[in-house]
Formats: sequence, structure tokens, C-alpha cells
Amino acid sequence: MPGSLLAQFNMPLMPEQASEFAKPYDSIFFATTALTVFFIVVVVIMITVFVIRYRHGVKADRSNAPTSHMLLEITWTAVPFILAMGMFFWSSYLFVQQRIPPKDAQEIYVIGKQWMWHIQHPNGIRENNELHVPVGKDIKLVMIAQDVIHSFYIPAFRMKQDVVPGRYTMQWFKATKPGKYPIFCAEYCGTQHSEMGGYVYVMSQADFDKWQANGGEKVKETDLTPVAQGKALFERYRCATCHVDADTERGPTLFGLVGKTRDFTDGSKKVADREYVRESIVSPEKHLVKGYDNTMATYKDDITEDQLLYLYEYIRTLGGPSRKPASAPAATNQTGTTR
Amino acid sequence: MRASTVKNPAAEAPKPESNYLNNGHTIASWLLTKDHKRIAILYLISVTIFFAVGSFLAGLIRAELILPRGVMLENETYNKIFTLHGVVMIFFFLIPSIPATLGNFLIPMMIGAKDLAFPRLNLLSWYLYIIAGLIAIVAIAMGGVDTGWTFYAPYASMYSNSQVSLTIGAAFLAGFSSIFTGINFIVTIHKMRAPGMTWFRLPLYVWGHYSTSIIIILGTPVVAITLLMLLAERTLHLGFFSPELGGDPVLFQHLFWFYSHPAVYIMILPGMGVISEIITCFSRRRIFGYEFVAFSSLAIAGLGFLVWGHHLYVSGQSMYQGMVFSIITFLVAIPSAVKVFNWSTTIFKGSVRLQTPMAYALGFMGLFLVGGLTGLYLSSMATDIHLTDTYFVVAHFHFVMVGGAVMAMLGGVHFWWPKMTGKMYNEHLGKLSAAITFVGFNLTFLPQFAMGYLGMPRRYHYYYLWPDFQIYHILSTAGAFVLAIGYAMPAFYLLWSLKHGKDAGPNPWGAKGLEWTTPSPPPTENFTTIPIVTEEAYNYDPELAEREETLADMLEHDYSPEGAGN
Repeated sequence: MPGSLLAQFNMPLMPEQASEFAKPYDSIFFATTALTVFFIVVVVIMITVFVIRYRHGVKADRSNAPTSHMLLEITWTAVPFILAMGMFFWSSYLFVQQRIPPKDAQEIYVIGKQWMWHIQHPNGIRENNELHVPVGKDIKLVMIAQDVIHSFYIPAFRMKQDVVPGRYTMQWFKATKPGKYPIFCAEYCGTQHSEMGGYVYVMSQADFDKWQANGGEKVKETDLTPVAQGKALFERYRCATCHVDADTERGPTLFGLVGKTRDFTDGSKKVADREYVRESIVSPEKHLVKGYDNTMATYKDDITEDQLLYLYEYIRTLGGPSRKPASAPAATNQTGTTR
Repeated sequence: MRASTVKNPAAEAPKPESNYLNNGHTIASWLLTKDHKRIAILYLISVTIFFAVGSFLAGLIRAELILPRGVMLENETYNKIFTLHGVVMIFFFLIPSIPATLGNFLIPMMIGAKDLAFPRLNLLSWYLYIIAGLIAIVAIAMGGVDTGWTFYAPYASMYSNSQVSLTIGAAFLAGFSSIFTGINFIVTIHKMRAPGMTWFRLPLYVWGHYSTSIIIILGTPVVAITLLMLLAERTLHLGFFSPELGGDPVLFQHLFWFYSHPAVYIMILPGMGVISEIITCFSRRRIFGYEFVAFSSLAIAGLGFLVWGHHLYVSGQSMYQGMVFSIITFLVAIPSAVKVFNWSTTIFKGSVRLQTPMAYALGFMGLFLVGGLTGLYLSSMATDIHLTDTYFVVAHFHFVMVGGAVMAMLGGVHFWWPKMTGKMYNEHLGKLSAAITFVGFNLTFLPQFAMGYLGMPRRYHYYYLWPDFQIYHILSTAGAFVLAIGYAMPAFYLLWSLKHGKDAGPNPWGAKGLEWTTPSPPPTENFTTIPIVTEEAYNYDPELAEREETLADMLEHDYSPEGAGN
């Protein structure tokens, strides 16, 4: 029976609305759909009526057929123009909201590599191809790729952002509905592209706390926080040989670096941010701080994207305008895990 | 039978003894020809073969996706198949299709010239195209390529182990072929118009090609250089795009789309030209707002260069940059809307004949409307975030490029087939194929909009992570097989008509335009004397047309298989 055959298939008409963006997103989507359907119907009716009415051999008034009409041309140029501009402003407004995260949003790191999503929570929990988040919290994903371009896509949240090697990209969301939703890699990235995905688990705060307390239900490679791992790396690579708590002849200090404006030998200036810290480790010759020569070697071949994130997290704690001095957060296990 | 009441136009004009088809029968006379019409036929045969290859690959993709875990292909094989489908369809079918076949055949005839400005360059274009095609085939034989037709760095430059370099070489050569065609058209249209053929008497088809040629000669060199850069990075490890070598992967996307977005207009503008010709002829009306339709082609070509960044909203480019691209992308939709309104109004008070080319033209308008309007979802930034790189995009660009460009190509081939071959085809089968194509097309690609909105990413071999997409894949695959029937039919009845079709005479449709004043098939020199143009294009009179009957009308009312054999 065709009915039961169809019933075997799930025929969903829209993805779940599971983030704060989903509702305003769908409003724009359906408004655009209404507009699209309207224009299709108008033109199709117009054409059908004309074709039937003026079919060859059918009696009709064909005299003085107009071949141009300025007012009509202006009207059907102006009306789509106004509608298009309206859509542009509405849509751009939502886009800007989606691109500017709240200041206190919780940062979670995402590293894309062929063919897996690595996720690093600030308290040390790491996950692969799964992302656990609490409902109703602003979450900011800071993302970078290890090899080729990937794209982190959660349809239920109506959000997607390319994950690019060599630069940090970001997206943020506030999940509104507990549940399990698919994560896809949306940018073609090679052989197993279609298998690079997983699920985001949106949990109530209580469930999330429990999950976190259990260390994410899984054996972790390490139970150190990113800051602690950064500190270990900082020591392993002996960064303190040159970078100490004040500028020296060997190198500028990293204390209070993040957020501070740097003057470079070529006369340019830049606010030291995540991107700058990464660049200074990977290609230190690119921006030389005023008064210093190009003496630092590149760590490009020794360091992975995860380690770069940890180093940044540690350097960020080394004093500075909005940060406390290093001692407190550099301590090791803060998660209270049982291992 | 109404045919008995009028004279048979085919009988009026004596068949010319020598035409471009029978002027030389050796293979060499074809392979060394400098006649734009013969080169057009060479192209028609070659693009048809590539279209068949590309369609076969599409069929494999659609069949594979019936099950969430695939039906028969390995990941790598699947990736190579969709890459080749894209490369073959874009570089070897869609871009050359209308310009190199119908454009080559018709532009000199429409403007009253004996040939294109550079006949040898024209032949060279075809050879470059064929060599490019052969290189592509070698690349397939040596293992194929798996980068997607967009060749995104650093995957294509550093990570892919497939035949990227060879395929890039093929695309590079195909690009030069199209640059030469573009130069040839621009010079021809500027310098070789017959006396009296002013710019505003040019058929809109010629305007469409003129705009296209501007895009070709400005845009194609950029993609050629970009592909060379990719090749240099891949083979010599020069750092352009890969961060490991000090490059920027998003730079590749900017350079690539600077050409490849306007390339969509290379595919669609000549198609719009075809539609303008067909709608006016089969409505027996001067086109409504000639100047607006002509200038909208130029506007599309010009604005088309400023919208590439809408492919990069989620690439990490600045959101302010995105907004500039968004607003210009909305603007480029407007000249397209103007064209659709003008075409629709052209039918008003016309004398409409629903013959095969008109059936295709109406089908084009329906599909292009959907394709164009769904572009709005992708030009607006917020909606694009969710939809980009999903099947929504796949559906959108197939509606524009396959629904639009291929319907126009088929409409054009049906319209000018009698001119090119001197033969009429079976009108009933023609209309049937147009209808099947239209239905099959919608069944294939409408479900993909829904699938894309649900979140199905494009270029996915599997969807077992979220099998909800399956019902839409099944519908789409079913549609693809209906579509295949629609596309295959013309190949048979058109070839059949070569032997069994009725003689077309110079002007079986009762159309205006210089190409219809010369015998079918035209002599090698196109015109015995260079025509002098005294009237504007499309000087149709619908009231008069009501009293006229053409050969096509007669065949439509009196078709029988026996009659066709005469």
C-alpha cells in the first residue's frame, strides 16, 4: 500500500529550531519564500493567461500592441529594488547579530582536521566529533583547521562557519532546546568528507554539570586545563629564556601582552590578539616588535594547532589589562574529575 | 486540412545546390574548415558528447544516494565522480554550449556577415577545446581528480593525491578556447555588421553574446592565472594559498570566484538571448522594451563582476565586506527580473504559436524564475549562513544553469535546427520532450531545496549520520531518470529528421532576422549578396500573423509518420 510505504519514510519539512537564531532565521526564510512564491505565481499566471488568450487562431484584440512603456519599466525595476533592499537590511541585521558574540560568552575550541572534529573545553575535557553544551548559555566556538578548509555546521542552530587553516574563525550560539542534533562538515575536505561529523548534545544545566563532573564520560588524553598545558609547553620550549616578566635585550615581555597594542619595526601597529600570538610563534619574522631583531626561530614544524591554543591560553593569563597575574589559574586540575 | 489553403513556403525557394554541409565531404574538409557554421557543428557534436558523459556521471551520483550508506561506490570514487561531473559540465559543456555552437553558427548570419572576424582563430578555439577534453580524459584514465570543480586550496594545492595538475591544465586550455571565441565575437560584432545594422537593430541574441564575450575576455584570464598559481604551489611549492607555505586559502576563493561567478552569466546570458528570439518569433511581436532587455544584459555582465564575495560569507571574510557583496548581489537580480517581465509582456496581444522552441522557452522561464528567485536566499547573508554548501545551493544553481542554460540551449537547437540542417523534426515528439524535461527537472531539483533547508550538505557521499534526508534523495533520483528521458529524446528524433524530416525551406517558423533570409542549410558564404538592413529587429505584426500560415504550422496540424518520409 502506498500509504504504508510512505509511512516508512520520515519526511521532515524543516530542521529543528534549537538555538536562539533559529526563530528569527526562519522568519526571514519564510518571508523570502512567500516573496518567491508570490512572484512565481504572478508571472506564471500572466504567461498562462496571455498564451491562452492570444493563441494563434483564437479571436482576440491584437491591435496597437505596445512595444515599450516607460512607467511600467520603471515600476518593475523599482518594486524589486525596494523589496531587495528591505531584505538586505533585515538579513544583514541578523547576520551581524550572529557574528558579534556577547562579551562573557563561554569559549570552546574546535579544531578541524581530516577527518574529525576535536573539541577542547576550557576545563580540560576533550571530545571528538561530539560537543556537549548546556542549554541557555552563550557559547562561543573558536575554530581553526589543522590541514585543509572545513566548515562547522549545525543545521538545528542555523549556523555554519568555515574552519580555515592559519586563521581563527568564530561563531556563537545559545542553545534553547535539550536534544541531540547533527554536526556536519560542510566544506568539501577530501576522501572522508561525508563522514566528518557528529552530534551536539544540548543538556540541561544540571545534566551538563553532572556530565562535566564525570569528566565527560570518557577517558581523556589529559586532565589538564588548556592553561596548565600551555604552561607546561611554555616550560618545555623554554620560552622564558627570552620572554620574562619585563622587556629584556633578548625579547619583549609577554606579561600583559594580550590586548596591548604592539609597535613594530616597520612602523605598523597591531593589537596583540589570538591571531598575533599564533603568528609570533609560527612565523615570528612577520611582525618584529620595535627595538628587536629577527632572532626568534619559528616553531612551525614542532607545534600543533592544539598546542598553539594552549600557549595562547597560558600567555593570556600572564598579567595584562583585564587579566590577573599568572599564579592562580596556572594550577593544574580544576575540573574535579575523579581520575 | 488547413495546409491546402496556403502555399508551401518550402516550395517557393529552390533548394540551393551548394550549401555549407555538402561543400566538401572529406574528413579533412571538416577538420580544416574555416567556415563558422562547420565549426559550430563540430562544437555541437563535441558538447553533446560531453553532456552525455556529464549526465551519465550525474546518474551515478543520484543512484548512489538512494541509500544513506550508498549503493555501490567507494568514497574516493564518489568524490572523483562528482568532481568530474562538475568539471565536464562547467568547462566542457555549459560554458562553450550556446556561444560555441549556436553563437558560432548564428552571429555572423544575424549581423549579415560572411564569417567571423578571425576564422582561423575560431578553428584554433575548437582544437584547444578538443585538446583540453583529451587531457581531461587522460586525467580520468590516470586515476581521476577528487577536488571538486572548484579546486579549493589548500586541499587541491597540497593535500589531494589525484590528477589535479592535469585537470587544471585541461581547464586552463578550455579557458583559452573560450577567450578566443569571446575576442572573435566582440570584433565581429563591432566591425562586420551589414550596412544599416545599427546597434539598436541588433537581435537581442547578439546583445546577449556581446555581454557574455565581455565577461569571457575580462574574467577568464583571471581564472587562468589563478589555476597556474595553484599549479605552481602544487608542483614548485610556491606559497600562494597554503598557510604552511605562507599563503592564504581564502585568497584562492576570491580569485576563483572573481571568474567563476561571472561564468554563471557566461552560461545564462546567451540563453536569455535565445529566449528573447524565440518569444518574439512565436508571439509574432516586437519584444517589449527592447532597450531595457539589451541594457539589462550589459548590466548583468557588469554587476556580475562585483558579486563574487557572496560565495564567501562564511569563509572568514569580514562581515562588512560581506555586506557590500550582499547589496550588489541583490542589485544583479533586478536586471534579470526586468527581462522576465519584458518577456512575459511580449506575449500580451501576440499571436502565440506553442511549437517546440516556444515550449522550451516557456519551460525556461518557469525554471529560471525559480532559479533566480532562490538566489535571493543566498544573496542575503543571514539565510546564506545556513544554506550555503547544502543541497539548497545545488538545487539553486542547477535551476539556473541546467534549468536555464540547458533549456535555452535545447530551445535554441530546436529553433535553428531547420536552418542548420534544412530539415524539420517531429513536432509532437519535440513538445513531448520539452514537457518531460520540465517535469523531470522539477522532480529532480525541487526536493533538493527541502533537503538543503533540512541541512543536507553538498558533496556528501553518505548521510547515515542523519538519514532523514532519504525520502528527498529518492524523489530526486526518480526525477533524474525522467529527466534523462527528456534529454535523450531529442538526440533520436533530431538525428532521425536528418534523413526523414521534411525540407524546412528558408523560414519555416515565419521568423524575422537575417539568418532566415538565406536558404537552409545556408551556403558557405551565408548570403549571396550582403544584405542591407532597413528595419529594426522583430518587426512582427501580430494581426497580420493571424492570417499567415507557416510550414511549421502546417506540420503541426498535419503530422503523420508517412508524411514525414516525403
